[in-house]
Amino acid sequence: MIGLSTAACRSLFSPVCVRAVQQEYYKMTIRSDRDHGQRYRPRMSCLKKVEAIVVQMQDPSTGVKGADQKLNVTTIPHAITGQVIIAWIAKNMNMDSDEAQAFGTMLVAFGYIYPLQDHKKLVLKPDGSLYRFQTPYFWPVQKWKAEDTDYAIYLAKRNIRKKGVLDAYEQEEYNKLHTWLNHKWDFIVMQAKEQYHAGKARQKADRVVFDCQERAYWIVHRPPPQTYSAMDCGLDRHIDPNVEEIIYTQQAVMRSRVKSSVSLGALVKYMTTFKNHDPFLVPCLPSNPWQTDNDSYWELNMTDVEVPTKMRVERWSFSFYELLNDPRGRADFKVFLKKEFSGENLAFWEAAEELKWGTAASMSEKAEHIFKTFLAPGAPRWINIDGRTMGLTVKGLEHPHRYVLDAAQTHIFMLMKKDTFYRYLKSPVYKEIQKKAISPEPHNFSDSQLQQNMRNRRPSISPIITWQKEQEEKAKAAAAAGPIDIKKLMASKLDRK
Amino acid sequence: MSVSDWLLFLLVRSLSLASLPGSIPFSSLQVQPQPDAKMCDQTFLAITFGPCDSCGLNKPLMNIYLKNEPINYCSLCVELMACQGLATGETIHTLKAESESLKTKLEEERAKLHDVELHQVAEKVEALGQFVMKTRRTLKGHGNKVLCMDWCRDKRRIVSSSQDGKVIVWDAYTTNKEHAVTMPCTWVMACAYAPSGCAVACGGLDNKCSVYPLSLDKNENLSAKKKSVAMHTNYLSSCSFTNSDMQILTSSGDGTCALWDVESGQLLQSFHGHSADVLSLNLAPSETGNTFVSGGCDKKANVWDMRSGQNVQSFETHESDINSVKYYPSGDAFATGSDDATCRLYDLRADREVAIYSKESIIFGASSVDFSLSGRLLFAGYNDYTINVWDVLKGTRVAILFGHENRVSTVRVSPDGTAFCSGSWDNTLRSHSQVGCSSGKWWRWRLNGS
Repeated sequence: MIGLSTAACRSLFSPVCVRAVQQEYYKMTIRSDRDHGQRYRPRMSCLKKVEAIVVQMQDPSTGVKGADQKLNVTTIPHAITGQVIIAWIAKNMNMDSDEAQAFGTMLVAFGYIYPLQDHKKLVLKPDGSLYRFQTPYFWPVQKWKAEDTDYAIYLAKRNIRKKGVLDAYEQEEYNKLHTWLNHKWDFIVMQAKEQYHAGKARQKADRVVFDCQERAYWIVHRPPPQTYSAMDCGLDRHIDPNVEEIIYTQQAVMRSRVKSSVSLGALVKYMTTFKNHDPFLVPCLPSNPWQTDNDSYWELNMTDVEVPTKMRVERWSFSFYELLNDPRGRADFKVFLKKEFSGENLAFWEAAEELKWGTAASMSEKAEHIFKTFLAPGAPRWINIDGRTMGLTVKGLEHPHRYVLDAAQTHIFMLMKKDTFYRYLKSPVYKEIQKKAISPEPHNFSDSQLQQNMRNRRPSISPIITWQKEQEEKAKAAAAAGPIDIKKLMASKLDRK
Repeated sequence: MSVSDWLLFLLVRSLSLASLPGSIPFSSLQVQPQPDAKMCDQTFLAITFGPCDSCGLNKPLMNIYLKNEPINYCSLCVELMACQGLATGETIHTLKAESESLKTKLEEERAKLHDVELHQVAEKVEALGQFVMKTRRTLKGHGNKVLCMDWCRDKRRIVSSSQDGKVIVWDAYTTNKEHAVTMPCTWVMACAYAPSGCAVACGGLDNKCSVYPLSLDKNENLSAKKKSVAMHTNYLSSCSFTNSDMQILTSSGDGTCALWDVESGQLLQSFHGHSADVLSLNLAPSETGNTFVSGGCDKKANVWDMRSGQNVQSFETHESDINSVKYYPSGDAFATGSDDATCRLYDLRADREVAIYSKESIIFGASSVDFSLSGRLLFAGYNDYTINVWDVLKGTRVAILFGHENRVSTVRVSPDGTAFCSGSWDNTLRSHSQVGCSSGKWWRWRLNGS
C-alpha cells in the first residue's frame, strides 16, 4: 500500500473536505481578484512534470523499493531510504548521484516525499534515513491553498491531543492566530475537536501515518524558523498576460535580415578571438586573484598603469570598440593622434558621448560648446564631415536634444574605425607599446603560501577616491590645453601633404 | 485606409481597449515640448521632430509605415486615426485574423535566410575540456533573501539587495562590508552600481528607483542624500545605469520600461509594448550603445531603441515568463532564462532564436543568466538551488554547481570575467571561479557552503 489513496482520504476526513470545498467556493469569488495572474499562468507548471516522476517512483514494479520499518514503537508501512531514492533517480533520470541528490532534495522541499526522522529539515540525505511518499491529497499542486484557518485547526488539534506538544515557534504562531482569527475561534476549536475524534476512531497505525503526513504537509507550508519553504514563490506577478496583445508586424516583416550562416559565423569568430582572454577558459596571468588570493592581476591591469600587459595590448587590436573602451588603450590612441595632429575627431566623439549620457540640465551649454569648438565654420577644432551630415546637425542644433549629434558622431566614429584605427595598428606608437608590454610569469604558490595569501588579502582604494582623482586630472588637462594655435596646426598639415 | 493599415496602430489601440490595471496610457507619458523652447530634451532623432503630415504642427513624430510607405504623424493624429478605424465597424476578430496572417508572413521571411543551425557551425570548434568550479567566497550578512546584485567596475566590489530592504555594498574579495543602506520598503528587487563607483541605485515594492551617493565617511547616513529618480505605478523589477551616472534605465511590474535623468528625476523616454510585468532588462554593449533588451511575463523579449522609444525587434518563443535577459558580449545576440526551465539564445542580425539550452532532468525555471567574457559559457541560476553552466556553441551543459540552500535569484559575471557571483534566497552570496591546473591536480568539489 502506497500511502492512502485520495478517495480513502476524503471518506475518512470529511469535515476537512467539506470545509475545503466550502473554502474553494469562497475563494473562487473573492481570491480570484488577487490571484489573477497566478491562476492563469503556469508558474507551477514545472510541478506537473515532477508529479509525473513521483507517480513513476511509486509504481509497484518499477518504482522505488520500500519496506516496513520499525520506528520507535510503531511499524511504518512502505518506508524508503534516502540512498535507494537517489539510486532510482540517478538510474531513471539519467543523472549522476550529486544531481540526483539535488533533485531528490527538491522533491522533499516541495513535500512529495517527507522524512520520518529529523522531520523539520527538508533535505534528502544519501544514507539510510527513512522517507515516505506523501499522499496526493497533500501534494502542492492541489487547488486549495494552505490557509491560516487550516493551520489554526491543525495546531489546535495537536494541542487538544496533548498539552505542550507544540514547538516554541508553533506556540507563537498559535497565539498569533488566536488573536488574528479570534472571531472564528469557536469554529476552529469545533473543527479541531471533530478531527481529533474522527482520528481516534481509526486504527493506531493509520493514525500514526496520517499524523506524519499532516505534519510533513505543514512543515512545507509553514516552515520552521531558519528553514526555507519551496512553496515560497516570491512576489505575485501582477498583470494577467492572457489579455491578447496584438503585435503589429508590418515593420518587422520589412526589417532587413542577415543569413544565419553569416551571423552565427560572427558569433563563433568572436568566441574564438576572445577565447584566450576568458579567465574561465584559459588561466589569466599571473594568476586569478579569486583563486590564489593574490591581486597582482588587478594591479597590473589598472587604468592608469604605465606599462600594460601583452594580453591587454593584444585585445586593443581586436576591434576599435575594445581600444576605446579600455582607458589605457584610449590614452595610447590619443598619443598616436597627437603625433598625427588629428586629435579633433576623437575629441569630438568624446564630447558627443558626454552630451548623450550627460545630465539634462547641462545639455544646452554642452551643445553650444561643441558647436563652437568643432562645427562652426572656422572653429578651432573643426571636424571634417560631409555636407549633408553637417547640414542635418546644424539644423538639429536649433532645437538641441540629447541625440542631436548622433549622425555626426556615427560618421566620425566610422571614419576613425575604418581608417585611423588600422593606421594606428601599423604605427610605430602601437609597435612600441607592444614591445614594452610585459608578460607576467604565472604564479606557482605552494599550499602554505596560498594559506598565507588568504590571510593577507589586500583591500583596494575606494572607487570614490579613484573617481575624484580622475576628475581632478581631467580638469587639469582641460585647463592646460588652452586655445590651439591654428597657424601652427595648418602649417604642420601642409608640411605633411 | 484599409484593414491592414490599422494593424500598424494596434499597439496604441489595444493599450486603450484592454484596460490593463496599473498601466499608464501612452500619450500621458509623452514629454510635452515647451512651446518657446530653443532646447528640449526629447530623446529622438532630429528628423523625427518636425511638421506632422496630417495636422501640420511642429511636434515629435512617430515614424510608421502605411502600406509600405513611411509617413510621419504626430502621436495625437495617430490616436485619432486609430479611433476612427474602430468607428468604421471593423471588428477585433478580423483584425486579429489579419495580424495572425502577418505573423505567419514574418516567420516565413525569417525562415528564408535560415541556412544553417548553430550546432552545425559549432562542429568545427573544438570542445571544451573538463570544467571544475569552486566557491571562493561566501558573503553572509543579509537577514533575508538576496534578490539582486551588481558588480562595480573595479572588478571586486558588489552591491546586493534583499527582501528585508537592506542594500549592502561589499568588497567581495576581502568579504568586508563597506556600506549599508536600509530602504523604506521591502522586496528590493533591483540594484545597480554606478559606472563611476560613487553611487548605487535600488528599488522594489516602493515603485521607485532611488540613487544613493556613496560616501567615504563610514558613519554618514546614506539615506540623507538619497535621490528619488524613477516613479512607476507598480513594483520595480530591474534597473541599470547607462554609460554614465546621469541616466538610469528601469523596468517595472506595470509593463513599461523607462529612461530617467538622475539629477532632475525627469522621464526622458518610456517604452511600451509588453503586455505584462517586465522582469528584466539589459543594455547593449556595442559601440553604438543605443539599444537594450527587456524580457517579461508575456513570454516576449523585446529589443528597444533608446532614442525613439520604439520596439525594434520582438521574440516570442518561450513557453513561460522570461525571468532574465543578457546580451552576448559582442552585442549581436542575447540569452534569456525562463520559468519554462530553458535558456535560449536569440541572434539579432538573423532575427531568430538559434539555440535552446535545456535538459529533461532540468525541470525548474531559470531565474538569472550571464555570459562569460568570451561568450562561450552561459551561467544560469535555477529555482532548484543549482547553477548550470552551458557551452553556448554546442548546447551542452559543462558543469553544475551545488551549494545554495534555496533558489538562486541572481547570477553575474565580474567585469573582467575572472569570477561570477550568485545570490540566493538562502541569504548568502557566493563568488565562484575556475579551478586552476597549476598544481596539476583537478578536484571535484561538492560545495558545502564553505
